[in-house]
Amino acid sequence: MFGIGEFLTRTRGRGRLDPTDILTYLYLTLGTILMFLPVAWLVLSSFKTPAALLRFPPDLLPYAQRMVKVEGYDQTLPLFNVRMPDGSTRQMAQVRRVGIEAQMVDPANPGEIIRVNIADREEVREIRLAWENYIEPLQRFNFLVYLRNSVVVTVSATLITLIINSMAAFALSKYQFRGADLIFVVILSTLMIPISVILVPVFLVITGVGWNNNLLGVIVPGAATPTGVFLLRQYMLTIPDELLASARIDGASEWRVYWQIVMPLAAPALAVLAIFSVMWRWNDFLWPLIVLSRSELFTLQVGLAAFQGELNVQWHYVLAMTVLTLLPITLVFAILQRFITTGIATTGMK
Amino acid sequence: MTTRSQPVLPPERLTFGALLGRLFFSFYSGLMTAVELVIDPIQRVIGVNRMAYFFVLPNLLIFGIFVLFPMVLNIYYSFTGGVNLFPQNRPFVGLANFQQIFSCANFLDPNSCREDRFWRGLYNTVFYVVFQVGGMVAFSMLTAVVLNRSLLGRGFFRSVFFYPVLLSPVVVAMIWKWILQRDGLINAMLVSLGMERIVFFLHANWAVFWVIFISIWAQMGFYTLILLAGLQSIPRELYEAAEMDGAHRLQSFRHITLPLWAPTLLVVLVLSVIRAVQVFDQVWVLTGGGPGTATLYVVQYIYETAFANQIQQFGLASAASVILGVILLILTLFQLRIGRQSDIA
Repeated sequence: MFGIGEFLTRTRGRGRLDPTDILTYLYLTLGTILMFLPVAWLVLSSFKTPAALLRFPPDLLPYAQRMVKVEGYDQTLPLFNVRMPDGSTRQMAQVRRVGIEAQMVDPANPGEIIRVNIADREEVREIRLAWENYIEPLQRFNFLVYLRNSVVVTVSATLITLIINSMAAFALSKYQFRGADLIFVVILSTLMIPISVILVPVFLVITGVGWNNNLLGVIVPGAATPTGVFLLRQYMLTIPDELLASARIDGASEWRVYWQIVMPLAAPALAVLAIFSVMWRWNDFLWPLIVLSRSELFTLQVGLAAFQGELNVQWHYVLAMTVLTLLPITLVFAILQRFITTGIATTGMK
Repeated sequence: MTTRSQPVLPPERLTFGALLGRLFFSFYSGLMTAVELVIDPIQRVIGVNRMAYFFVLPNLLIFGIFVLFPMVLNIYYSFTGGVNLFPQNRPFVGLANFQQIFSCANFLDPNSCREDRFWRGLYNTVFYVVFQVGGMVAFSMLTAVVLNRSLLGRGFFRSVFFYPVLLSPVVVAMIWKWILQRDGLINAMLVSLGMERIVFFLHANWAVFWVIFISIWAQMGFYTLILLAGLQSIPRELYEAAEMDGAHRLQSFRHITLPLWAPTLLVVLVLSVIRAVQVFDQVWVLTGGGPGTATLYVVQYIYETAFANQIQQFGLASAASVILGVILLILTLFQLRIGRQSDIA
């Protein structure tokens, strides 16, 4: 029992490694594997050829059959190790396969065709990254359009959110006016009302405004986030009023006080809200799914879901497009991770 | 003479980041100065004090049109029938939609209900909330305790557990769909251990298990961070004092850590319950609600009733979402109640 107590409360090491430390590192190692392995597996799989994806049990690394160019043949041919009747093994390319018989050709001597049983040949495989998984869907499907839509939605929605939320937070934290409390309480009370509860009427409003099948219909409705107003207001309350008063004495207009004094001082809170907003918007699915029904307007998430829902799932493309979808947010995280984790830990509390 | 030597400043190095910052700042101030030309006249007309209304206006407009008005309208919708979207063309049907939902021979048996999918969704959601939140809070607490110890690479491990939080529900669903498919990684492991392959999403129990497991995997990092912050805000001196008084480590966990951690735990519990009640996207991409109705949840029922079915029953969907809203409201009030009590304690 002493061990458990030690484990639960120790906050500072004393330089020696005791059993609880070993337990800790074991837990963290297992956790790291569990958290990263699925993503790593996705990335590795996305570089495999369709044939390699069908193999069971799957290979760890993206192997692909070696292809060779043989004189007299237009296409590159797959290379095999062939067991010859005399027991020797030769490397030959396969011209075609008929039933259980394969017609093989020696790359060094392309004139002569040798027929062998398909059981006597084995693929020559090498590690090769199947970049075509990434390139082909970008050319053949609308993925670049989806990507552009997602970027447009994420960037413009985040900018609108930052501006209108900070303006409202400024008014609610730095002015005394009739209705301020009421407005704040009403906004707060909807903190827990998700869009999934009001899908139908919001859809009606969107349709009424004419934003059905329009990116504006995705961008605008969620812009007035209660979370953002609350977070920014609490932060702005800590900015001393004297600063604002002295700026006003110097002749600054209210708008100038807002953009030149309050906004820069609220930068940390704005950054946290920006990160939240980018995350929400980039990953948003249900609302874009309802608003957008024309495929040239799909965001990445909707496009990806539609793509994988097709009858014949083309896994090699789906996996590559999934990697492309998670890449931007992963890069942002890799650069800003310390900032994001501490920022959310300190403000997520409120 | 009066020439004083200036302190020698280091030569300014313009890094890429600084350059970007300057560029952004000049763009920002240029834009805001331009906006000023429009807004300062407004201030002259309405006066300084009423500028507050000007500042809340944009947020309030969007909030009113796209949140507040729809909330009211949603209740009206739930009393109307027909398939037309526009309310002026919808016949008022009174409580018919609610009657349809609540017409059950036996409320514990969804098969006996007219809207059996609603009740299945509701019961599935309750099951999901209990086990997803329970499992997730337990793992988040354990991970927070572990990360609170002095460790090499604590920041790294913190980020590791947080990373899946950033992934979109669709991406998470795709990652796991690939791993769990018939020829996937998990089945390869099973076969190498000499077991049979399992087609997980054809078995109701397995589907439910994985749906819960995956959402814990995807979300626990967020709650771990909040719980960790809560742990770190407990003053170290308390433990030292307890140790001086001869308290057992387990005792100090029980009597110092847990009570001081409780407010954070409550926040985590509330946030995660409210989130779990709305479970939809990840599961929808992963299982489509199947097999059968094993992973059908309330939001999927609302979505399908209003938007995905042949007949778009907006009234019925609104009635269901009003019920969902009431459930969320009760949970929120419950939280406020407990929160106030624990403040007093």
